[in-house]
Amino acid sequence: MTSPAAYQVSHLDALEAESIFVMREVVAEMERPVLLFSGGKDSIVMLRLAQKAFAPANIPFPVMHVDTGHNFPEVLDYRDQRVAELGLQLIVASVPEALNRGMVRESADGMRNRIQTPVLLDAVEKHRFDALFGGARRDEEKARAKERVFSFRDEFGQWDPKNQRPELWSLYNGRHHPGESIRVFPLSNWTELDVWHYIARERIPLPSIYYAHEREVIERDGMFYAVNEFFRARAGEQPFKAQVRYRTVGDASCTAAVRSDADTVEKVIEEVAATRITERGATRGDDRVSEAAMEDRKREGYF
Amino acid sequence: MSVETVAPAEADASARPMDLLRFATAGSVDDGKSTLIGRLLYDTKSLFSDQLAAVEAVSAARGDEYTNLALLTDGLRAEREQGITIDVAYRYFATPRRKFIIADTPGHIQYTRNMVTGASTADLALILVDARKGLVEQSRRHAFLCSLLRVPHLVLCVNKMDLVDWSQEVFERIADEFTAFAAKLDVPDLTVVPISALRGDNIVSRSENMPWYEGPSLLHHLERVHIASDRNLVDVRFPVQYVIRPQSTTVTDYRGYAGQVASGVLKPGDEVMVLPSGFTSRIAAVETADGPVDEAFPPMSVTVRLTDEIDISRGDMICRPNNAPMVAQDIEAMVCWMDESRPLQVGGRYAIKHTTRSARTIVRELHYRLDVNSLHRDETAGELKLNEIGRVRLRTTVPLLADEYRRNRTTGGFVIIDEATNRTVGAGMIVEAG
Ligand SMILES: Nc1nc2c(ncn2[C@@H]2O[C@H](COP(=O)(O)OP(=O)(O)O)[C@@H](O)[C@H]2O)c(=O)[nH]1
Ligand SMILES: [Mg+2]
Repeated sequence: MTSPAAYQVSHLDALEAESIFVMREVVAEMERPVLLFSGGKDSIVMLRLAQKAFAPANIPFPVMHVDTGHNFPEVLDYRDQRVAELGLQLIVASVPEALNRGMVRESADGMRNRIQTPVLLDAVEKHRFDALFGGARRDEEKARAKERVFSFRDEFGQWDPKNQRPELWSLYNGRHHPGESIRVFPLSNWTELDVWHYIARERIPLPSIYYAHEREVIERDGMFYAVNEFFRARAGEQPFKAQVRYRTVGDASCTAAVRSDADTVEKVIEEVAATRITERGATRGDDRVSEAAMEDRKREGYF
Repeated sequence: MSVETVAPAEADASARPMDLLRFATAGSVDDGKSTLIGRLLYDTKSLFSDQLAAVEAVSAARGDEYTNLALLTDGLRAEREQGITIDVAYRYFATPRRKFIIADTPGHIQYTRNMVTGASTADLALILVDARKGLVEQSRRHAFLCSLLRVPHLVLCVNKMDLVDWSQEVFERIADEFTAFAAKLDVPDLTVVPISALRGDNIVSRSENMPWYEGPSLLHHLERVHIASDRNLVDVRFPVQYVIRPQSTTVTDYRGYAGQVASGVLKPGDEVMVLPSGFTSRIAAVETADGPVDEAFPPMSVTVRLTDEIDISRGDMICRPNNAPMVAQDIEAMVCWMDESRPLQVGGRYAIKHTTRSARTIVRELHYRLDVNSLHRDETAGELKLNEIGRVRLRTTVPLLADEYRRNRTTGGFVIIDEATNRTVGAGMIVEAG
């Protein structure tokens, strides 16, 4: 027999195999799964894994975009192109529409992060989804570091961190009563760097804003925000042109860019490997509210 | 998936792709677990400046005398408010050789439940003791749980060596005592390292304060410990997860069995048997989305196609005709109970999840409850409460396709689920089945 060393797999292969296993478990055991697709790199990687998990069959579930109305046009184009290529059904849960219907109200600071949640939950109820794939990773944030791969949500979509199901071996418990659901995070064990190595290895195209480009920005709280229809400079903030790229892609009104010359995937990997600031710390105004901002949003049913 | 086969050990190490090591940490309160994890993350540049700044700010606001690295892992509001760790936290770091996943299992409450959870997927467990205190009851319990969960590699870190004058004698006394205890537990691989997590001695590089220590630094050991042979490459076990049948005009008559290889090596042409039916066939192809492969082995997720059309569904198992798991409805197992509201009771009915199979089960007998500190067996026990471990006999509604846990962690482990609440209430390790 060949020595055991010959039967080794790289860390990326091990992560890929685990994520594929998780996705197949969901499709085998749950009634109505959906994949949350934002056009961000994590959801793009998740979509690639879904392709691999069910090949040569098509991806056996629809994708859903919770659209805050504050989008980067490059990301929306990418979303539509990807969905068309893969022949997927796209469901858009629209925050502007919910605002029009009076279902939610704009928050004082204009950020739509929090009001996404009722819109998401409304769509889940309407389509009776019982499993939602999300691209969250445990390395992103300390509340996420404690969340299960199969994360149980009650009928209000709420996460109860103190009442989580123990998760042993690769045995995932997706049992739930009608109206309850499971959020599933196939990328739980991936880091930002793993995601980039995988994008490079698989040659996965991304929205162009992930790579360095010149953009008009202002600096606020040490972060660089693009000036556009969703984000206005305040008095005293002087817009200037800078080479930037996005590390995360979220709502265009609260996602900041980082200064960067990395215009290829190889350069991005080098940059991410050397960076000393976390992904969300560098780019998310919404996480800066308090020590427990993410935990609080998740309890309310956020991704 | 493109499998990058690793070059043999004698070849250039830089040509070797990074692999993955999962480890769990254990230690009593204040033995230095958080400090050690913080140090590993810091020294491998996996700790980010904004994380550190946030921790420093919160520490200062709370009036801590030193930067409390525990705040890095204590992510929940209640944890920070109460200064305790509630749940298993996962942390990540990497060196050019390996990616590491740490399951940081807290020592305060729910200890057994958390440690069993963390250890279930661990290649290695790291147990900390305070050099001044030596082995305590908890150290023995940690070692026992690691052996119960069959964690293949154990590392005892004798921490705070700076507080015992870097004494070789102190270190050796603790190491000897632990080694003797571990021998009784049938621990396959034990390494003992004297460290100072606070000062960084023997963490990344060898300490100058302990020239008498000739072993590797902790990180050196973590990077090099040989885990490839831990997998069972002998017994072919492929639990069928999902049947792929494209409803398409371009791909017709395709039927593939998707799953993750639990153990053994599958190759096209191999004669196989499918359980529970017992039908035999041959492997026509082992496929991935990136094309067919010559071999599949753990932990690969693949799709297996057979030469014959036989009826196979989720929960079935592909194995070899001359090497099959047990097909059994009567299961002898060690069970760790994880539910605070209701204890395990003889006569209790539950759902059970084992590989990709689900069944119902009834607890026929509780042979004994084990005292995890003294290893004493209490045969008069009538139930298992939260964090208690015991030996049970179960009867299942359908046969499980099972191996002894000591031989196969994937086909030997199961979880018990309360059918009313849907909560995961127990973890089981099969001792024998018939
Ligand atoms: N002198 C010394 N103190 C240490 C060492 N490791 C940890 N400590 C201290 O021991 C205390 C408890 O450490 P901590 O990491 O919070 O322990 P945990 O409860 O196991 O996570 C803290 O005051 C640490 O600074 C060490 O190697 N030497
Ligand atoms: Mg601690």
